Amino acid sequence: MDLSAINWGLLLASLMVAATPILLAGIGELVVEKSGVLNLGVEGMMITGAICGFAVAVATGNPAVGFVAAALGGAVLALLFGILTQFLLSNQVATGLALTLFGLGLSALLGQGYQGIKPPSAPRLDLGPLSDLPVIGPILFRHDLMVYLAIALVAVVWLVLARTRAGLILRAVGENPAAAHALGYKVVAVRLMAIAFGGACAGLGGAYLSLVRVPQWTEGMTAGAGWIALALVVFASWKAERVLLGAWLFGGMTVLQLNLQAAGLAIPGEYLSMSPYIVTIVVLVIMSSRRGRAALAAPAGLGKPFHASG
Amino acid sequence: MIRLEKRPMPSRLWTWATPVLAVVLTMIAGGLMFAALGKDPVAAIRVIFWDPLFSEFAWYYRPQLLVKGGPLILIAIGLSLGFRAGIWNIGAEGQYILGAICGAAAGLAFYPLESPLIFPLMVVAGALGGMAWAMIPALLKVRFGTNEILVSLMLVYVAEQLLASMSIGLLKNPEGYGFPGSRSLSQWSSSANPELIAGWGLHWGTVSALLAVAAAYVLLNRHILGFQIRLAGQAPRAARFSGVNPKLLTVFCLAVSGALAGLAGVFEATGPAGQITIDFNVGYGFTAIIVAFLGRLHPVGILLAGLLMTLTYVGGGTAQSQLGLPFAAIQAFQGMLLFFLLGVDVLSNYRMRLRRRGVA
Repeated sequence: MDLSAINWGLLLASLMVAATPILLAGIGELVVEKSGVLNLGVEGMMITGAICGFAVAVATGNPAVGFVAAALGGAVLALLFGILTQFLLSNQVATGLALTLFGLGLSALLGQGYQGIKPPSAPRLDLGPLSDLPVIGPILFRHDLMVYLAIALVAVVWLVLARTRAGLILRAVGENPAAAHALGYKVVAVRLMAIAFGGACAGLGGAYLSLVRVPQWTEGMTAGAGWIALALVVFASWKAERVLLGAWLFGGMTVLQLNLQAAGLAIPGEYLSMSPYIVTIVVLVIMSSRRGRAALAAPAGLGKPFHASG
Repeated sequence: MIRLEKRPMPSRLWTWATPVLAVVLTMIAGGLMFAALGKDPVAAIRVIFWDPLFSEFAWYYRPQLLVKGGPLILIAIGLSLGFRAGIWNIGAEGQYILGAICGAAAGLAFYPLESPLIFPLMVVAGALGGMAWAMIPALLKVRFGTNEILVSLMLVYVAEQLLASMSIGLLKNPEGYGFPGSRSLSQWSSSANPELIAGWGLHWGTVSALLAVAAAYVLLNRHILGFQIRLAGQAPRAARFSGVNPKLLTVFCLAVSGALAGLAGVFEATGPAGQITIDFNVGYGFTAIIVAFLGRLHPVGILLAGLLMTLTYVGGGTAQSQLGLPFAAIQAFQGMLLFFLLGVDVLSNYRMRLRRRGVA
């Protein structure tokens, strides 16, 4: 193997791109879980966003419109989960799984006839002199708008959760829905908004895969990215800034693995392709073995249904 | 305004009626979906649900139900034990793959020897392979408190890569002209899992599925372990006080579901699929989740639900060739079924009350 064949600058640049889908889906799921809802349907919402975004971008020739459609598609699907779990009080784990199974089928259905098409490419953001900086320019400042929007979103979520009244209410609903209800907050409404936001983020993440990262449509193309996003929230111990860190770690792993394959490492490609999933498991083990702190970090009401009459 | 009132006990009537209601609602919504795809909805529903059972060609389709239903029921029975206890094994697809790989490897090690012992050996190896794969999330949960949902799922993607590597590497047919995939297991008489009665579609996978249904029924209703499983799911705190060991229960439930998924894998590889290939797995592990819930996590319910779900596979295949309905539509249809089931479930746990606005 020839390690010098790997362009490390390029690797770091593609790390930013590889991290963006799971970063978007992960920060959305963080908000959902902060409201006390466990939505395991991220994979289904991501893949639905991927095809909605792709189809609309192809039809309009405008990737930006595609991203909007992807967010809408993800949010609509998430609201289906919201109606079932919040009004019909269904089991959140089972409903999340149903969302994924349905999303995978629906996206395959919508995607008929889109295979092998090239989507309109998302323009790179021109940051003028910043983009021309040596070394740092190509790594940090020559990406498309979504990379920066995703990072900005993390900052906004962090700010809202930590510093605003809305964030406080959201956390109260997640920690103790009964108390929040007694104080007059609309628990179900807050949770529905969080669920829709999570769905929109997952949809954007999926569309980033199909429009920028890959960029094409294939059935089941999210290939577990949604589940990695769920693991990301655990890794981040429900803290927004750590989602960013985790996404870069997993993105880095994915990119490194691809680069090693290209560089002709003596390990067969299949084993390298496993590595992001194995790393996810290892990280989950490490995070959960520090039991005391991890247990404190999860919102207390996570996954429990709430019904006002008790 | 409609108000929900919790029932003191789940309604017995609705517990049985909700799956039927969910199926009816899915047919209506699915019909709308088929219409949106430009197909005649009535014809589509008839091809999927009626023709395989009652048309003049039903003699061809009925055996298919037993062939395809076996693995689904087998996996769903295993999953249902864990689901009842609140242990979520979502990685049956991976355990199914590992069962197939281990079973096939154990048999192929003896190729071309002919012996009646090879097939039983493969079956045992398959069950152990699936069980070992399920032990990873089980032991990580017991030892480190790691979430079994995420771990078992990640292992599905690992298993898929392992399967790809096996079918182009270690298990590749040396006489296969470079094509990926193992030797044909269904044509080597020592490893074949043929129809037991000609024309019935019954193979060892179906037989073991029926045995699993009976065993699960006895376990849940007549054995202390089954009682503990039910208790752990319904009242975890009470279970703790009455001396249920949650760690042991986790290991047991995952071991059983892994072994059953592994069995399904090895029976499929030696029978209907016939060999190990890259795309050998077709999502039975995931569909079995729907089957388990549709069957209300009850062994007999799962048997019926498994046959119904198989009907959508068999009928869906026919709809694909006759009406040009894409297979993805069937997948969406199956997902929809689970949605409706979870939605109407509210009727068995809650009472609907009409109430005028403003009255507290």
